[in-house]
Amino acid sequence: MMDAGRHPNIELLTYSEVVGMEGFVGNFRVRIRRKPRFVDTDLCTGCGLCVEACVLKNRIPAEFEVGMGKRGAAYIPFPQAVPLKAVIDAEHCLYLKRGKCSQKCVKACERGAIQFDQTEEIIEVQVGTVILATGTDMYDMKDLPQYGYGIYPNVLDSLQFERLCSAAGPTGGQVLLADGRVPESIAFLHCIGSRDEHTNRYCSRLCCMHTLKLAHLALEKTHARVYEFYIDIRSGGKRYEEFYERVQEEGVIFIRGKASEVLPEDGKLVVKAEDTLLGRLVSVPVDMVVLALGMTPSKGTVEVARIFGVSRSDDGYFMEAHPKLRPVDTNTDGIFVAGCCQAPKDIPDTVAQASAAAAKAMALMTRGQVMEDPVVAEVIPERCVGCGECVLSCPYKAITLMEGKAVVNSALCKGCGTCVGTCLGHAIIGHQFTHDAILMEVRGLLHEPEQVRASV
Amino acid sequence: MLILSPRFDKRRVSEGEILATDSFEPRIVGFLCNWCSYAGADNAGLGRLKYPENIRIVRVRCSGRVAPDLVLRTFQEGADGVMVLGCHFGDCHYVSGNYRTAKRIPMLRKLLEVFGIEPERLRLEWVSASEGQRFAEVVTEFTETIRRLGPLDLHPKRSTIPASGATSETRENAVHA
Repeated sequence: MMDAGRHPNIELLTYSEVVGMEGFVGNFRVRIRRKPRFVDTDLCTGCGLCVEACVLKNRIPAEFEVGMGKRGAAYIPFPQAVPLKAVIDAEHCLYLKRGKCSQKCVKACERGAIQFDQTEEIIEVQVGTVILATGTDMYDMKDLPQYGYGIYPNVLDSLQFERLCSAAGPTGGQVLLADGRVPESIAFLHCIGSRDEHTNRYCSRLCCMHTLKLAHLALEKTHARVYEFYIDIRSGGKRYEEFYERVQEEGVIFIRGKASEVLPEDGKLVVKAEDTLLGRLVSVPVDMVVLALGMTPSKGTVEVARIFGVSRSDDGYFMEAHPKLRPVDTNTDGIFVAGCCQAPKDIPDTVAQASAAAAKAMALMTRGQVMEDPVVAEVIPERCVGCGECVLSCPYKAITLMEGKAVVNSALCKGCGTCVGTCLGHAIIGHQFTHDAILMEVRGLLHEPEQVRASV
Repeated sequence: MLILSPRFDKRRVSEGEILATDSFEPRIVGFLCNWCSYAGADNAGLGRLKYPENIRIVRVRCSGRVAPDLVLRTFQEGADGVMVLGCHFGDCHYVSGNYRTAKRIPMLRKLLEVFGIEPERLRLEWVSASEGQRFAEVVTEFTETIRRLGPLDLHPKRSTIPASGATSETRENAVHA
């Protein structure tokens, strides 16, 4: 991340979102909304004095701590943030919301970097290619109350457990229960929100390996009895199976059966499941439950797809042009995808896809020219009366009316022929599929050989 | 010398009249969209499914390409029945072409009677790329429908559509038109 932030040819627009796009490959015009940080990034050094001084310090749930820690209204998201600059949360800041605050942050800042009069701005950039890498969110547990998430304090999700394990996290790297005790038993539940027609049918691909890692860390950091409730262990990857064997040898207890529910009993959390290898129902009391939550397309995926005109598959992820042969292309020329926004995958695969998408974008741009599919529509201006029906019929907005005549943008045209079928005056040619060509085809297909006709 | 299959009927042409024989074989033209229905027909072939040979398939990119006048000209060229097959709603490779078709073809069916053509001779169906079985069923059923209806009695001299291709649309012709 730091390399990207420092690279002279990369301009990072953080705290920003794309709000609109027009154009076509080689000539995209993208509108971006830049939200105000209320901090001048040229002056801010990331020293953190404003963060310490903020009157709301430790009062607001911190996004990075996944609900396990708190921050103030003036904050730096995490110690390795790029750029390492402070930001003021307008949703909570007392001065921005109510106009009343002692502004300790302003007083603490030795460079006068805090600027409450910043406003949102919309900028437009011109680019030749676009790569979508909008990532993933975790399954929303409101549909699955039976696991006690958000109900019992010691039911965590995998990211929250990561924060417990992190030396920079809310517990300084110790695995602790909500009341501060060290757990004597921990259960990791696989496939919560995956591989199920009631949640998502697909496998989220990385949680088996991730959960093995967390179980491994749990054994390292505590002397707890560690269980994993699984359906299958998916460890296809370089050295992945060997790690699974190692975790088994380290003493994690594997129960082959997805957990059905978590209930409190006698101060413990009881995990219920069917152990399919034993053929018996089991109830396992533990101190802490960690849920391996499934992956979902990130929140903004629908909107991003709409803005860029990219299709989504029926699981909600961006649709690649071909599942095997073109996994980083989309059906729109010049727009590529990489990472989990296309489908669940882990870090090595994401990096590989990102490299692929970058290479494809580079190849396109260094060529400087695009090869166009010859199957496109073309208007005969002399026949066009400018009724505009074709404009409405085009799914790709490839036709516009200019000075009373329709004009097809052949870079946007996909050659479907809907406009050709719409035009009553035959003023649009569908190249390679012209009216004459099809009619000749029909004539040839219906042709009755002379001999048959003659044999009266 | 063409070797004629006994299944093909011999049409008797006398004084501009076309008569049906007992072994009338319908001549059906199907306009299939490249991505769904054409692939579905291919799928039927992969599955070695049997369906009548009467259908002659014309591939178009999208069912939205099929203009009403193309269908009428197809009848005029001698088709006894015309099928237009496209993608199911929501599945169109080109997003919305099939919605256009869904409005056009039923409207055309209503107008067919004006031209002296039974509306049942035009059929619109949605077939996806994996529905080889459905393709075979739909074609079989439509072939039987046309067989029952008999040959289309539409002689070029009698129809109201000009026989010559007055709507050629290459650029040179348009400029000289």
